[in-house]
Amino acid sequence: MLLRFFLMGLDRKAGIVLAILAFLAVVVPAMTLWVPADSPFHLSIFTVSLLGKYLCFALLALALDLVWGYCGILSLGHAAFFALGGYAMGMYLMRQIGPRGVYGNPLLPDFMVFLNWKELPWYWLGFDHFWFAALMVLVVPGALAFAFGWFAFRSRVTGVYLSIITQALTFALLLAFFRNDMGFGGNNGLTDFKDILGYDIQADTTRVALFVATVAALALSYMIASGVIGSKLGKVLVALRDAESRVRFMGYDTESYKLFAWTLSACMAGVAGALYVPQVGIINPSEFAPASSIEAVIWVAVGGRGTLAGAILGAVLVNMGKSYFTGALPELWLFALGGLFVAVTLFLPKGLLGLGAQLKAKLPGRKASTLPNAQPADQKGA
Amino acid sequence: MRRALRWLMAVCVVAATSTAAFAADLRPLVQALGSGGYSGTEKALAQLSEAGDPAAVPAIEALQAGDLYVRKADGTVVVARKAGDAFTLTDPLTRAALGEAPAGAVEKIRINNSLRRAISASLGALTLMSPDAGVRRSAADAVFKSRDASALETLSAAIAKEQDKGVRAAMEQARAAILLTGEAASKMTDADIQSATDTLTARGDRDALVLLNMVAGSGASDVTKKLAAAAVSTLEQKLAFWAALQNLWYGLSLGSVLLLAAIGLAVTFGVMGVINMAHGEMVMIGAYTTFLVQEFFRAHAPGLFDLSILVALPAAFLVSGGVGIVIERSVIRWLYGRPLETLLATWGLSLALQQAVRSIFGPTNREVGAPSWMSGAFELGGLTITYGRLWIVVFAFAVFAALLVALKRTWFGLSIRAVTQNRPMANAMGIRTARVDALTFGLGSGIAGLAGVALSQIDNVSPNLGQGYILDSFMVVVFGGVGNLWGTLVGALTLGTMNKFLEPYAGAVLGKILVLIFIILFIQRRPRGLFALKGRAVEA
Repeated sequence: MLLRFFLMGLDRKAGIVLAILAFLAVVVPAMTLWVPADSPFHLSIFTVSLLGKYLCFALLALALDLVWGYCGILSLGHAAFFALGGYAMGMYLMRQIGPRGVYGNPLLPDFMVFLNWKELPWYWLGFDHFWFAALMVLVVPGALAFAFGWFAFRSRVTGVYLSIITQALTFALLLAFFRNDMGFGGNNGLTDFKDILGYDIQADTTRVALFVATVAALALSYMIASGVIGSKLGKVLVALRDAESRVRFMGYDTESYKLFAWTLSACMAGVAGALYVPQVGIINPSEFAPASSIEAVIWVAVGGRGTLAGAILGAVLVNMGKSYFTGALPELWLFALGGLFVAVTLFLPKGLLGLGAQLKAKLPGRKASTLPNAQPADQKGA
Repeated sequence: MRRALRWLMAVCVVAATSTAAFAADLRPLVQALGSGGYSGTEKALAQLSEAGDPAAVPAIEALQAGDLYVRKADGTVVVARKAGDAFTLTDPLTRAALGEAPAGAVEKIRINNSLRRAISASLGALTLMSPDAGVRRSAADAVFKSRDASALETLSAAIAKEQDKGVRAAMEQARAAILLTGEAASKMTDADIQSATDTLTARGDRDALVLLNMVAGSGASDVTKKLAAAAVSTLEQKLAFWAALQNLWYGLSLGSVLLLAAIGLAVTFGVMGVINMAHGEMVMIGAYTTFLVQEFFRAHAPGLFDLSILVALPAAFLVSGGVGIVIERSVIRWLYGRPLETLLATWGLSLALQQAVRSIFGPTNREVGAPSWMSGAFELGGLTITYGRLWIVVFAFAVFAALLVALKRTWFGLSIRAVTQNRPMANAMGIRTARVDALTFGLGSGIAGLAGVALSQIDNVSPNLGQGYILDSFMVVVFGGVGNLWGTLVGALTLGTMNKFLEPYAGAVLGKILVLIFIILFIQRRPRGLFALKGRAVEA
């Protein structure tokens, strides 16, 4: 049953994506750990962490594509779910520090000692167990998304309004996590991690393992997402993206469909955040910044909205560009990113993956094939 | 606080100007401070008090602070302050610098407790009797704070002589404070206590409340306690009333800032349906235009600097409006009917504009000055209102009214509304819809530029100026109801006031979070905002 679910969404494109991911999962560890350092094929551990970071962003983009590309919900607050997952993981890593902090308090993280707190707040309890933290990585973003979506979809808040209140959500969380009394490290966030599952977080093998875990999470999420899209449920999602009221009039409970996709997407974003934090070594409130949510949207748009694979491609390409620009030409990065936003929306409405079809449509005598990301009818004049 | 500082400055100025004229008469008396030991000093002090010349105040203050010395070489009395190993010497009356002296060359004029009392009494007397009303006032305030019983006699004498109403009130308050807290309280009649508490209630500020609370807790007699407690409750009510009014004013002030920032968006988003994420950058461009105009005035006509803001207003409107028209023609017109794509494209533009301004003007804050008619403050009952804020409130409402008239009463406004309501029909009636689109977007952006002029007065002019307002502006427009200017007005004022009323209880950050949560929940109740456009379409 479950197997059939996963296989249902698999097509040629999915095969290519999974093959590439499998290739990465084998080759990158080999090139880092077993190829000698002076060989041209050696990958530095820094590169591995960088790649891992890109793939975390790719997972976030995948989650976003699921709701934007297939349900027509443009979330401008997905970074909030990403950051919440990250904080859940960060709390586990903080508790793993134990008495090795600057103040050597076995129970309290450094920032709490610094703030003169006497005991661990209740919401930190349980985070010394990995399984609990891992559960929270899914549950916290998922629960928030469920509650938010439950209200929003039931009141039929759609389109731009929904986008704007997702911005409000992430902004409110940004402000909240900046507060010291929240008990999440305030401005500085959580950092100085030592161990994960008993392994040194700085060690090469741990970092490679984290990379492999990221690849695996991405592959699994991809299979789940394409399984959902390929199922009957996915067909309803695409239908309500294109003409929500018609689907509702046909008797479908559109809110529940949207709520399911929305919550699933938030959980994926949470996992992405949880994998991101140990690889970059810090989580702070700036991850909640409204701008970072919007930036994630452009990854999806660049790769191709409603393609899943395009989201992964877009996230990796844009972030590689960002790494290059901010290093080599920091002045130009915002121009490049801004230009990318404009160029993609004006000239590449279907993203890089849709480029072929877009060109084909331009040729005389041929009609564009009906792509899943055809222009949603309801959005016209909205 | 600021008022106290100003009085203090006045004291210094007065002291400095009168110094030269009277220095000659006082010189022997000041000189006498340094001879004859404690009793000699005390005698000279009494004579200085009798002379009644405030010019002696700096010398007596130096004596009090232990900075008054005698130069051993010639016996001159000097003010000496330690600078490294040596002392810097100044003349106690003229404040002229007298060079430096090694530690051994000067001898401190020592004071004991009885002298200390004499010093504060004579200081109080000198300043309370000063010919300058400002000095007397600050002296009265100082006595109110110190509640020094020894000043009572001088104070009563001063009250009898006082002509200035305000100063006399301050002196009477000071006397009431001394009477209620001092030993004299037990001997007072009920009527006297009553009048003293009344005087303090009339003062009506936090200091009076603190004092009355103290008296109510540990007054000399039960009557005093009871009267003070009654006064406390009256005063608390009064203070709560003014605090509420002050909050209302702050709310109005914040609301008008929000209104200014959001009103341009109400045109581009509300009327045209374009999600312009670069709106904040239009505000920022307006602020930078103000900066450039002011630079021009500083360089070429510094005398007319007060008018720079008036020139900056049309300039900012034109610059931001022009940029808006360019954006509409180059990007937005290709994206009509695709609001989410417009959102992304304009977000990209906002990033590019920010970076462009950063590259041209640098990342640091730019200094934009306030014209003289916008600085300062005045008091209205228990409210302190700054002129800058007042002008912004007035300006916000003026812009709102002008926009309303433009949309409802002009041909251009009619065209805008026609195109919004039915584009093909408007086109068929001969309205050039493309041009109307461009001009409407230009209008919205231009208004954002006007907001930039106002915001440059209260915010840092930096490339990130706009980012701080964009989210708030959208909240205001969405909360108020898209497509309705009145909704924007009500939305801005409601959110501003709510924010300011929450702040005292929840703190600034938590208050803001609560407002955001409120908006999120409100949108669930009314997905189309406070004043939704009514229609029969399933999906608007």
